[in-house]
Amino acid sequence: MTTVSSRLGDLIIEHQNDLLDGWLASLTARIGRRDAVGANELRQQANRFLTLVGKAIQAAGSAGIDSAAWQEVHSLLSDISATRVRQGYNSVETALFVFSLKDPLIAYLRHEFEGEPNTLIAEILTTNALFDRLGLVTIEAYQKSREQVILRQQQDLLELSTPVVELWSDVLALPLIGTLDSARTQVVMESLLQKIVDTGAAIAIIDITGVPTVDTLVAQHLLKTVAAARLMGADCIISGIRPQIAQTIVHLGVNLEEVTTKATLADAFQVALKRTGASISSSSTRK
Amino acid sequence: MDHIPILKIGRVLLVSIQVDMHDQLALALQDNLTQRIVKDRATGVLIDICALDMVDSFIGRMISNIAAMAKVLGAATVLVGMQPAVAITMVELGLTLKGVATALTVERGIALLEDSDNANVLAA
Amino acid sequence: MSWQLNASPGALFSLDLVNLQADGAEVVLPVRTDDDVVKLRKLVREVLISMRFSIVDQTKMVTAASELARNTLRYGGGGDCSLAKVGDGSRTGLALAFSDNGPGIADVSLALTDGYTTGGGMGLGLGGAKRLVDVFELQTSPDTGTTVKIIKWKPY
Repeated sequence: MTTVSSRLGDLIIEHQNDLLDGWLASLTARIGRRDAVGANELRQQANRFLTLVGKAIQAAGSAGIDSAAWQEVHSLLSDISATRVRQGYNSVETALFVFSLKDPLIAYLRHEFEGEPNTLIAEILTTNALFDRLGLVTIEAYQKSREQVILRQQQDLLELSTPVVELWSDVLALPLIGTLDSARTQVVMESLLQKIVDTGAAIAIIDITGVPTVDTLVAQHLLKTVAAARLMGADCIISGIRPQIAQTIVHLGVNLEEVTTKATLADAFQVALKRTGASISSSSTRK
Repeated sequence: MDHIPILKIGRVLLVSIQVDMHDQLALALQDNLTQRIVKDRATGVLIDICALDMVDSFIGRMISNIAAMAKVLGAATVLVGMQPAVAITMVELGLTLKGVATALTVERGIALLEDSDNANVLAA
Repeated sequence: MSWQLNASPGALFSLDLVNLQADGAEVVLPVRTDDDVVKLRKLVREVLISMRFSIVDQTKMVTAASELARNTLRYGGGGDCSLAKVGDGSRTGLALAFSDNGPGIADVSLALTDGYTTGGGMGLGLGGAKRLVDVFELQTSPDTGTTVKIIKWKPY
């Protein structure tokens, strides 16, 4: 089948400009909304697609689109899908980019193989199969792009929901609630360190009362946070260590020698106050 | 820049590292500092790295060396102004800078050095 | 040094990488002097910023680049560093490859352990740099010198 496939590639390259016009006309008819800048961008994308697909078919045929020769096409479709996601198009509109090339292409095939019905049918079937696959690739790329957007939004949410509290002058508190996964701990670490710089707090209390489990990874992350804060010139106290967690920490062999730890936030606060030279005294008028 | 300026504040020498250091500059700094510590009878060295957006093992080694040399000459060293991203990277890199005390700002660093508990800082 | 690969023999990366530069060319910088290292750090930082990496990721990558560049200079007798934006279909990243024609690293596993040193330094170059990046590959021999390739991916 290689002779048939590479003819398709030659066809695309020979008639690239005409195909481009026909394709764009079909696209604009179906999708509609385009401004001047958008129209230009679309033309460039379509042109590039034709060039790459033509070359890929010539190099490796249209049967297997996962080979190295098709890599650039995949890459382009990824880029185009990502752009469409950002611009607010849905997956159908995005896939139409590929599917609407079928019509003008098949029109050319009919012209090229006029009088050779068997060859024509074979070519049309091959072309159809190819573009169906490319259409699916586009949709998959679109989905992936959407996922990326969602992931980024989750990250933003994470950053917003990690409150660092100024307990006292020079004393910060970071009450951690919920499970600590790698991503969350990193965000937490960065927020805390930035807050230390912003407020000039010399002591940060990390309270883990609300953290259900502490495994080796979580412990490591906490220790890294403490080490980083220390490098910057601030001290950390870890509080809210429940009895079970204390046992887990010891069993895991986590080395907490360099870190001050307290069972409760209140205890930690007292220590922090002492370190900053402040103290709490009760007024004697209350009875 | 062919050398890094050293400022004297009381008995503390302040060094502000703002440029990309290469070998020669680092060696020159260590040279100048040790000479100044003796000449000015300094008891403290303050290294300000608030302008550094990266600290690799070379610079880390230089800072440790300065602290060690200063200690031999009877002066304590405090490192100030580390940016959060730098701190996180250094921890990941494994640079601990043992023997170097740290403070958030130049003011705090000077206070630390002028503290009557100077012995504690030196012993750090 | 080609980044476009799949089955080319001797290709270092086993990932399917596609060079995303418009003209397909990678940027190659010399690493022969201290000033080269300074320029390299600046360029890497600029590229990472333009690719919208977070500050922490920028710092990690620039620091790793600095470590490897210094190694190339100090132990490799000078060499080159090539930069390329890369992608694997679902994410983009920055790839750097440091290569020299030096004597090679005698004991790689030892060199990758923290604390290893020949130059009287902290000896944290390779092991540390490896932790700062997402992909780390090393090829070394007394005949061909040393090549270290690193990639930092953008999470999204």
